[in-house]
Amino acid sequence: MSQPKDPDWNQVSRRDAIKTLFTLAAAYTASGCSRDADKLTSFFHSHFKELSPDQLKSNLETWERRYKKRYETDIKVSSTPAKEGVLFGYALDVSRCIGCRRCVYACVKENNQSRDPQIHWITVLQMEKDKGIDLVDSTAYYDPEKVPEEGKFYFPVQCQQCENPPCVKTCPVNATWKEPDGIVVIDYDWCIGCRCCVTACPYGARHFNWTRPGLPREDINPDTEFLGNRPRPKGVVEKCTFCIQRSRKGRYPACVEICPVGARKFGNLLDPESEIRYILKNHRIFILKEELNTQPKFFYYFSI
Amino acid sequence: MKKILNLLFKGSASYYIWVGFLLVCIIQGLLAYGAQFNHGLIVTHMRDSVSWGFYIGNFTFLVGVAASAVMLVIPAYIYNWKPIKEVVIFGELLAVAAITMCLFFVLVDMGRPDRLWHMIPVVGRLNFPSSLLDWDAFVLNAYLLVNATVVGHLLWKAYKGEAYNKKIVVPLVIFSIPLAVGIHTVTAFLYNGMASRPYWNSAILAPRFLASALCSGPAVLLILFQVLRKITAFEIKDDAIHKVAELMAYAMGFNLFLFGAEIFKEYYSNTQHLVHYEYLFFGLHGQPSPIAWYAWTSLAFSIVAFFLFLVPATRKNLYTMNIGAVLIYFSVYIEKGIALIIPGYTPDTLGQIYSYTPSMTELRVAAGIFGTGFLIFTLLVRIGIALLFGSPEKSGDLRTAGGTPLVEAEGSV
Repeated sequence: MSQPKDPDWNQVSRRDAIKTLFTLAAAYTASGCSRDADKLTSFFHSHFKELSPDQLKSNLETWERRYKKRYETDIKVSSTPAKEGVLFGYALDVSRCIGCRRCVYACVKENNQSRDPQIHWITVLQMEKDKGIDLVDSTAYYDPEKVPEEGKFYFPVQCQQCENPPCVKTCPVNATWKEPDGIVVIDYDWCIGCRCCVTACPYGARHFNWTRPGLPREDINPDTEFLGNRPRPKGVVEKCTFCIQRSRKGRYPACVEICPVGARKFGNLLDPESEIRYILKNHRIFILKEELNTQPKFFYYFSI
Repeated sequence: MKKILNLLFKGSASYYIWVGFLLVCIIQGLLAYGAQFNHGLIVTHMRDSVSWGFYIGNFTFLVGVAASAVMLVIPAYIYNWKPIKEVVIFGELLAVAAITMCLFFVLVDMGRPDRLWHMIPVVGRLNFPSSLLDWDAFVLNAYLLVNATVVGHLLWKAYKGEAYNKKIVVPLVIFSIPLAVGIHTVTAFLYNGMASRPYWNSAILAPRFLASALCSGPAVLLILFQVLRKITAFEIKDDAIHKVAELMAYAMGFNLFLFGAEIFKEYYSNTQHLVHYEYLFFGLHGQPSPIAWYAWTSLAFSIVAFFLFLVPATRKNLYTMNIGAVLIYFSVYIEKGIALIIPGYTPDTLGQIYSYTPSMTELRVAAGIFGTGFLIFTLLVRIGIALLFGSPEKSGDLRTAGGTPLVEAEGSV
């Protein structure tokens, strides 16, 4: 066989090769492996902040299709923007908290956390009354018949939605950032799972999916937000978002709603008439690890 | 080229056994990593409380090895210190192998290795300059590139039988010196910058990193030189070995001094931040710490090795010096691999204790990565020896690959 001398030969064959590739790709997509096609599309998803409105819409749809395949149930994935003139703040009355952990499990249910292994966005610490707020001598693993116990008090910790968040600073790929309404969010499609933020967070508020989350279909909350409670993949970090899927629609976070003693307060810090502003004005506030200058928007107070 | 391939595939029985052993390490490591890739990092013992562990500890240790290997270049090139000059090439080969292992250790620690491309400039999206991990990725890759270029150029020229180009090599070697300091400083800053972890949030962390690295990297080289001198045509004078050992004695002395400064600050001020040192050396809440044994071993090794290297009689006795080198290697390996990372996380930021020790998967993957690094290093050294000093093995024909020895070529410098 002699090499063809015609200079066009190379071009024709190259064109043919490209055509073949396209045909194969088209055949692959059309052959009903839409799940795999979606998976491939997700791989190339851009960073959330670089998406055009159309791309965002198509991303949301891709995820709804993927969730439908994976969980065999309809899950709505929305992306609600922050409202202007809103800065969310949270206050927790340490003197009222009884340590019942209803907030912990309401949060798990609302935010589609993994049930096996368990991921909790809220950690309730039991402390000794005669030692005061002392983390080293606290325990998160208390398990008595009845709470509250004599001589103990309870100190729930979750994301403090810092104004100066160390987790955001340390992320190598910008997969986490502070939204205009003060909520620190994560793009689960962009996180590389390096866990710098888990290390940087002074409040133990960031949680890693060490394996594929165990989320039974019947436990799923189908009303989800892209930067919030949509089901997460394995290998990415997640955290409290003040229930972004609720708060941005004017509702209370699940932990605020469930608290049986009314220890949890939530509202707009920019609204002088809000309950949160009333608390800041009329109670003495405690900032957890104030020396780190993280400037939390999560305030502890003591009503009694 | 054929001769080079011959060099890699043909060797003595001990060469086959060594390479076979490394291949076994690599294959079992790949199997372990395969399981981790499928199930996620849950097969490690890392959890939210201790979110970095053995992988990142090894990474940190190897950054030190890579950095210090090239720091031998400083006296060689700046003071034109002849005895060390001929060993610099091996420092650079070691740096290439060590950085490769570093990058693998970071890769296996990632939750989403498939998204590595998010860290590529322009294609991905970096959080530069605020993320220290971005800086680290940048300096590590730059360092790898510079050293691979120098090594590649030296070997290529030796293969062609020509003198190397001073205009390429000297500036790159000089540039690699600040980069070597840079990779270890930036890696130290990665921990140092975490205000949430008081154990690392100490200004002398980066100096401590440099001091301990100046011990561990040369320790590897000291042993290597003697092995090579025994089994290959490579020659090195005792004088050079003793010079390196003397440098190590100063570095170890400084390292111990910095450690003492840290201990004084923590124990004299006796704040709550002391809990991390208490966990490292004793234990907390009446529970003995699973890593205390390592911590004391590391400290004891450092002190013994320091005196072995300080006293001229034991430093110049190859037998006691080798004991010292092995002690230093393990002392720094424990210090970086275990005593740096784990106490930083224990107790965690909310005061809770999770007692971490590496899982079998972590040990196996680490063995696989070390196997890969040692294999790269073995092959590079074999080629290097053949090209620069003649035969890879003592019994073989000298200069089969037809190279001009570097030592001669350097006569022109």
